[in-house]
Amino acid sequence: MINGLFQIALFLGVLLATARPMGYYMLRVFDGKLPAFVRWMQPAENFFYLLCGVDSKHEMRWTQYAMALLCFSLLGALAVYALQRLQVWLPLNPQSFGAVSPDSSFNTALSFVTNTNWQGYAGESTMSYLTQMLGLSVQNFFSAATGMAVVIALIRGFSRHTTQTIGNFWVDMTRSTLYILLPISTLLALVLVSQGVVQNFSAYQTVPLMESVSYDQPKLDDSGNPVKDAAGNAVTDKVVVKEQNIAMGPVASQEAIKQLGTNGGGFFNANSAHPFENPTPLSNFLAMLAMFLIPAGLCYTFGSMVGDTRQGWAILASMTILFVGFLSVAEYAEQQGNPAFTALGVDQSVSATQSGGNMEGKETRFGIVNSALFATITTAASCGAVNSMHDSFTPLGGMVTMAQIQLGEVVFGGVGSGLHGMLVYAVIAVFLAGLMIGRTPEYLGKKIEAFDIKMASLVILFPPLIILGGTALAVMLAVGKSSIYNPGAHGFSEVLYAFSSAVGNNGSAFAGISANTPFYNTALGFAVWAGRFWLMIPVLALAGSMAAKKRIPVSAGSMATHTSLFVWLLTGTVLLVGALTFVPALALGPVIEHLNMIKP
Amino acid sequence: MFKELRPAVVSFLLLTLLTGIAYPLLVTGISQATMADKANGSLIVKDGKPVGSELIGQSFSDPRYFWGRPSATGPMPNNASASSGSNLGPSNPALMDAIKARVQALRDADPGNSLPVPVDLVTASASGLDPHISPAAAEYQLARVARVRNLAPNTVNKLVADHTEGRQFGILGEPRVNVLELNLALDALH
Repeated sequence: MINGLFQIALFLGVLLATARPMGYYMLRVFDGKLPAFVRWMQPAENFFYLLCGVDSKHEMRWTQYAMALLCFSLLGALAVYALQRLQVWLPLNPQSFGAVSPDSSFNTALSFVTNTNWQGYAGESTMSYLTQMLGLSVQNFFSAATGMAVVIALIRGFSRHTTQTIGNFWVDMTRSTLYILLPISTLLALVLVSQGVVQNFSAYQTVPLMESVSYDQPKLDDSGNPVKDAAGNAVTDKVVVKEQNIAMGPVASQEAIKQLGTNGGGFFNANSAHPFENPTPLSNFLAMLAMFLIPAGLCYTFGSMVGDTRQGWAILASMTILFVGFLSVAEYAEQQGNPAFTALGVDQSVSATQSGGNMEGKETRFGIVNSALFATITTAASCGAVNSMHDSFTPLGGMVTMAQIQLGEVVFGGVGSGLHGMLVYAVIAVFLAGLMIGRTPEYLGKKIEAFDIKMASLVILFPPLIILGGTALAVMLAVGKSSIYNPGAHGFSEVLYAFSSAVGNNGSAFAGISANTPFYNTALGFAVWAGRFWLMIPVLALAGSMAAKKRIPVSAGSMATHTSLFVWLLTGTVLLVGALTFVPALALGPVIEHLNMIKP
Repeated sequence: MFKELRPAVVSFLLLTLLTGIAYPLLVTGISQATMADKANGSLIVKDGKPVGSELIGQSFSDPRYFWGRPSATGPMPNNASASSGSNLGPSNPALMDAIKARVQALRDADPGNSLPVPVDLVTASASGLDPHISPAAAEYQLARVARVRNLAPNTVNKLVADHTEGRQFGILGEPRVNVLELNLALDALH
């Protein structure tokens, strides 16, 4: 118990200590004033612009910025689709995996380009090493770099005045990749290997089992139909297995960027629960830190760029308050465990020799503390990597993960997308405050006008529309319902989680749902695309509108946006908007399930 | 749109080469040169042959061995090329049936033992490949293994202690026992 609190405090302490140096470094990178230890790469960067035909001094209007971003993302989607469809003829496919189905390839391509990394497939039985590294891993870099570019453009909107331009997409994207994502990933990948994460191109390794295992396999006739006996029961063959076939691959390099870029797409099906992706408590700690490193640092970058670091700290404070609140519920719920287990003679109490609690779908090395912590981080951060199975969480623990995604992942949030979401909430918060006192709202010296509120409203209202609409559609259709795995209210939660995760670009799942069907692959494919770009475009429009405005001097009537009053106002706005939208849906899922579970 | 086409195509190709080829090859090169054992799966080698991985659990049901975490992989447990959890929800009757059966199997293998069963011993792990159990789960099975093998409980206890790992740096994670290594050591006693 004491140790658990200490582990959580240590994590938060280390994270908050990194925010300032990380934020300062990113500030220098985006301003082009590189620190000495990366300055040697600058000639390469300039040569790169030369090859691409990019004038790095050229500034873009928001429309051109958005167009460049869409162009780049579309190209990525085509490449990932093609790699999956053609992998059977391409090298680095030691397990000879066939082409991925068209609908699954479509879903995966969109999902990785949008930083979602929703996975309808199981990595180790579907994707060749080439597809993993050249398709998926590359998009882990690009989608994170794109997310950072958009938030930097929005911050420029606030920090500039009376101008039409918000920066150059190619420059922002390239610098994020070269100076931020690539160096940190390389270091992280090597530390992960030292903990036991695999990094090789070998075929799967076969080892003997100490004790053979057997299972019954349905017998098939020559045409592949199940054989039935006279009574109509399926005939089965007993299969005895004496060997274990251990999946391998270039995992560490993908794992590092998957966490750092808040992508979350596992090399293996079990994601960060797999011992080859996340073998030790240290690898787990670093994986968690990597998810929040850039989002927390960007708050400082934001404060510095708008010329008042207190503005950045206020945003970070609001995020931290929300995070600690959600984390407490998740930790408490999972540690309390499942009353039904106790009735079966199972000991769930915490002691020096066991972590106790609800251990279904959790790994021993992580126990309750690090499983609930990881789950809260990954859903706050729009990452979607999992080190435990959210579908097997207690109803309240599972609800925390879902609710954080539904709030728009603004609690730290995805790389870039978290902060731009939170800044939109800040605009809404000052607007609400303005309504209450009857003044024209201002944020960071910019008047918030009708166009800005329209763009902010799109960002706030659009995701719930697709999440709730999509869920409603799926539970009305037979093809939607037939994929549900768990019975009762929990089955509804699986569908609600799937659409929340897709629109929120999270990628985690209540994974019992069989999402690798044409219906879900298509519906969720469109949901991830809409959830990403239909939000980025209004955000860039907001950036353009802000940049064009005059800066108005602070007066006695201006509301300060760095005070604790504003921190609570912002926190309250996030919770209120989220609660008003999603409480009815959550009541049908996790709330009912919880009440049923605790009823005597 | 067309103005952005050249930068889009060229930067996509160049950055793909950098992040999709150069970066994984660099990490592979350094790892294979300096940490080949880890990079190749932390295999346990006996008489020159791999007999398992330290990090990948195997399935045990013989009372002579310590049993690991239940595994929900298909078609057989601990399938290391198809990692998966059970994804059974907390109120799914199938989960209760599975746990009931696992408790029963433990009781049948050790009829005299009426201690409550540690939760990790009857719940499926997240990966289906969890190599560890809690020290409590090892303690629960200790008397059974010693009796079936005609060993003094102290001998087995010492072996368990040797294969118990504390929290990393004394702080991180949870204490745990590596089941495969413990069982290999048990067999090596004879």
